[in-house]
Amino acid sequence: MDAFILQILNGLDKGSAYALIALGLTLIFGTLGVVNFAHGALFMIGAFVAVTVSRILSISMVVEDPTKTDFLGNPAKISTPYVEEWFGPTIGAGILDWAVPISIIIAIPIMIVIGVIMERGLIQHFYKRPHADQILVTFGLAIVLQEVIKYFYGANPIPTPAPAAFIGSFDFGAMIGFDPNTIIYPYWRLVYFAFSAIIIAVVFAFLQFTTFGMVVRAGMADRETVGLLGINIDKRFTMMFGLAAAVAGLAGVMYAPINSPNYHMGMDFLVLSFIVVVVGGMGSLGGAVLAGFLLGILESFASMSAVIELIPGINQVIIYLVAIIILLTRPRGLLGRKGVMED
Amino acid sequence: MLGLTRKDTTILLIVTVLALGAPFLLNPFPISSPLAQFNAGYPDLMQRFVIFGIFAIGFNILFGLTGYLSFGHAAFLGVGSYAGVWMFKLLGMNVIPAILASMIVAGLFSVLIGYISLRRSGIYFSILTLAFAQMSFSLAYSVLTPITGGETGLQLSLNDPRILGQSVTPDGNIPVPSLFGLEMGENTRLVISNWVFTFNVGYYFCAVILILAFYLSIRIFRSPFGLMLRAIKTNQTRLNYTGLNPKPYTLAAFVISGMYAGLAGGLMVAMDPLAGAERMFWTASGEVVLMAILGGAGTLIGPILGAGFIKYMENIVSKINETILHNWFAFLPDGLEDIVVSMVYPFIGKGWHLTLGILFMLVVIFLPGGLVEGGQRIGRIFRRKKKKETGDGSGATTVNPAE
Repeated sequence: MDAFILQILNGLDKGSAYALIALGLTLIFGTLGVVNFAHGALFMIGAFVAVTVSRILSISMVVEDPTKTDFLGNPAKISTPYVEEWFGPTIGAGILDWAVPISIIIAIPIMIVIGVIMERGLIQHFYKRPHADQILVTFGLAIVLQEVIKYFYGANPIPTPAPAAFIGSFDFGAMIGFDPNTIIYPYWRLVYFAFSAIIIAVVFAFLQFTTFGMVVRAGMADRETVGLLGINIDKRFTMMFGLAAAVAGLAGVMYAPINSPNYHMGMDFLVLSFIVVVVGGMGSLGGAVLAGFLLGILESFASMSAVIELIPGINQVIIYLVAIIILLTRPRGLLGRKGVMED
Repeated sequence: MLGLTRKDTTILLIVTVLALGAPFLLNPFPISSPLAQFNAGYPDLMQRFVIFGIFAIGFNILFGLTGYLSFGHAAFLGVGSYAGVWMFKLLGMNVIPAILASMIVAGLFSVLIGYISLRRSGIYFSILTLAFAQMSFSLAYSVLTPITGGETGLQLSLNDPRILGQSVTPDGNIPVPSLFGLEMGENTRLVISNWVFTFNVGYYFCAVILILAFYLSIRIFRSPFGLMLRAIKTNQTRLNYTGLNPKPYTLAAFVISGMYAGLAGGLMVAMDPLAGAERMFWTASGEVVLMAILGGAGTLIGPILGAGFIKYMENIVSKINETILHNWFAFLPDGLEDIVVSMVYPFIGKGWHLTLGILFMLVVIFLPGGLVEGGQRIGRIFRRKKKKETGDGSGATTVNPAE
């Protein structure tokens, strides 16, 4: 039983990332009908926003201290980050420590702007072209974004620590009544899961309970009629693209402490997220979330040693295998609407 | 000639001349000149041009004709490579059985994957092929290690049986791939004053196969079968209504294109008997997509041009570093030189992928016919000018669609 829960927990953090990226992907597909291969790049940019913010926060003022000398006899240089200078050492150090959560606030507007620019500048010209063209041009865009990041940040992963309060693991098993030391789980992964649950809830609430969301849902169902009612649906769909970009970006920001960001992390996630979307059902928001968590958990179950002994190599292929089976037996995906992209 | 129209014969002749004359054509700069770094006429790179040319031609038969965008074609190349190396290990170092085995195994593999993937179309087809290729990659990397060599790759060793050949050469080395005794790695050098031309047996072997493969692809493009594939791309529903089942045709195209990929994989190991799983990774599939689109999907010669272009950039342009750039722009005033260099530098050298990505986007947006269409448009502009000069002025130039 404890091993069972541990695997579910292990699947949750990856599943959260899949679910968040897939949510954005399917949001874009459901509203604009575009297959966005650059969505992984948005996730990656989000992670690099976290890197940038923590770098900016640690910009330091260098003062020479004449009373001390280093081993060469030169006056020792003491660098104090500006934030510590301005807000005092305790608050300043706290801000530095919390760089990743702070990046969330900064990432939202940045990602929305990037998303809107992408949609207005490039993707809007591709609505009427075949899906293959959309895949190709966004694939090209993903390469470009990736290379730009590589140019500025180099090819090596950049470690971006979580706040000190969340570093390390805790005994989850003891908390819920199992023997101690059976279920050890890192704090930050739990934070990540909670965070993504909140984001998913916010997105759904936004679509369900606001007028804006209502119009968007109406537009997803019947774009033309909504247009005929005198509503500028294009503008709202552009905003939805921005929102989807922000969701992917936030997933990236929070993922930075789990895996040090590197320039190709987006592509690695993209392939799997696409599979998640397809399994969940193209254009179905609930399906994307469900399939994201489902595949994440399945993946972690498949990597249990007992399962690997039974079917060697299953942990490597389980996701693809599930995707193939779903695609062939239930063409519209788990929760896909009838008639959407069933060919 | 050879059952081709005059225009197709011309294209075939152009490819033949390019392929056979490559050691000369790609070595235009004398070795002592500073431009010598742009010479691409060394065997290793020329082989890559040709092999990836074949790969791209095969991909184009599927994507260019039927419009099915496969994102997993590298899997066939990888499988072909493994089959080739196994033939070297078991049978002997002759390249012919190795290449045949590569094609057959890749063909069988593509029947399997094609049969399943082709049940869906559009983006689902792309994702299915992607999923299969990733699966093959993961399996080759982990469970199938006894067959694929896992992370280290599949290599020849001294205790391979090689029943038709010898396990060990008399001087105690692993034998090298050969064509009935003619070693693939053999070079002949021709030195004309400052120019050095290298003729490599392996390269010419690949080049001949490229020409054959290209000829076959022209025949496929012009055949009733090719026409059927185009009909599938244009309007599959209408084809269904005429009472034809498009499935066998698409599957045939898929398998042919998979065999081309297997052939490329077989040639790859014939040149260098080593196969690794990274050849099957999905970025490798993405690369062949880039090649075909950049050169011109659906055109005959486009994929070869695209493959050559990308491999040239990967091997030559990527070597340009900051010092070389400073030398080039040394004629500019100092401050300006630095600015120009810092503006150009991100796009070449290590950043060549950026240029490639931008170029690829531009091609997809503005030139769906790729470089070939670009060339045709430029050609049309010139032709129009000429007509005006001669006072013809009829304006309506008849240009055939992209070939």
